[in-house]
Amino acid sequence: MYKHVVTLLKKDLLLELRQQYTFYGVLLYVASSIFVLYLAIQQPESDVWNGLFWIIQLFICVNAVAKSFLQETKGRMLYFYAIAGAQQFIIAKLLYNTFIMLLMSLISLVLFRALLGNPLVNFWQFTGIVCIGSVSLSLVFTMLAAIAAKAQQQASLMAIMGFPIIIPQLLLLMRISKAGLGEAFQAGALADMVWLLCGLDALVMIMAIILFPFLWKD
Amino acid sequence: MKRSWWKILCIVLLIYALLGGLLMGVPRKAILNETIRNIYFHVPMWFGMMALCGCSVYHSIRFLRNPDLLSDIKAASYASTGMLYGILGIVTGAIWANYTWGKPWSNDIKQIGAAIALLIYAAYFVLRNSITDIDKRARVGAVYNIFAFVMLLPALWIIPRMMESLHPGGMGNPGADPRDMDTRMRMIFWPAAVPGFILLGIWISTIIIRFRKIEDKNLLHV
Repeated sequence: MYKHVVTLLKKDLLLELRQQYTFYGVLLYVASSIFVLYLAIQQPESDVWNGLFWIIQLFICVNAVAKSFLQETKGRMLYFYAIAGAQQFIIAKLLYNTFIMLLMSLISLVLFRALLGNPLVNFWQFTGIVCIGSVSLSLVFTMLAAIAAKAQQQASLMAIMGFPIIIPQLLLLMRISKAGLGEAFQAGALADMVWLLCGLDALVMIMAIILFPFLWKD
Repeated sequence: MKRSWWKILCIVLLIYALLGGLLMGVPRKAILNETIRNIYFHVPMWFGMMALCGCSVYHSIRFLRNPDLLSDIKAASYASTGMLYGILGIVTGAIWANYTWGKPWSNDIKQIGAAIALLIYAAYFVLRNSITDIDKRARVGAVYNIFAFVMLLPALWIIPRMMESLHPGGMGNPGADPRDMDTRMRMIFWPAAVPGFILLGIWISTIIIRFRKIEDKNLLHV
């Protein structure tokens, strides 16, 4: 079980290292969208900064995760089907996408800080929130990418399906991240929301592991 | 006759809810005044929507356990009626809010939740229409239906309790505490309005299901 997951994960990472254009493609997407934002509004106030940051994360996630199932051709899927189980496959994908999204989020955080000003009062707290957020986003969108891969128009369908589902998490994230922007919270309220987010992440993972086997067999 | 007892019950309950709801006494409250009667029509829409979407998910799960296209038809039909209830709920809520909160939409967390639910079910139908292969459509649709419903539950049941809301309840309290309601209103709301509208939704769904069964007769082999 674990061996298969590790092997599949390794394969994804190796592919990424060998065909670097996808990785650099997403990286360029991150950089150019933040640069465009910088040109549009140089140094916004903290609320706008926060909102823009999470919306950009959302779009990065759609782009970074969508390709993870797109790149698997039909023949290759058949091969995975023969050598590994559905669960191992989806776990490997979830882990891999989480890793990529974490990387992209941290890069975009640095870029945001460099270009759009720094309204952050508590940088490390905000970084922690960004990590939690990028994990949530990548998990939800991995599952949706798996669903959208079964229908033809990938990216647009992913946005249609994903945005309504991610709104609650995004609202929570924007709310929590105000802590990093210096807003004081009631005692315990912040921890409650963080736990809720972690609970949602666990829920998404469980759903993905239960439901993916049904998507996988054609 | 034996099989349609619940349809007769539904009509009786709805007539009682309609007449009682519009004619029987209600507490006089500032701002709310007579609009309080809308609670018999607005709130049951959400109960109905949850019940119908629950039925839809139940049939989606049944489809995944035992691939039978009839389950898929049922899941889609219940979802479409659920969405109709959601739209009616939003509209009745917006009209009510216009007179009590001053504007139809005030980004209240429960309004957002309702909008999310509608968007999710709209996406469900777009997804279904984008896949031409019938079996694949049923399977992918079922997976999305279950996933979206489970993701919707926290948005509707947990998050509203953590944020301020214009709706009654909220901030740590259940959304609709049965003990909060006036006795006269409770006599109409719980025994008549809520079950009546749920039954009506199921009735509409069964008609849609029968219609689709005839439409897809050659696919179902029944």
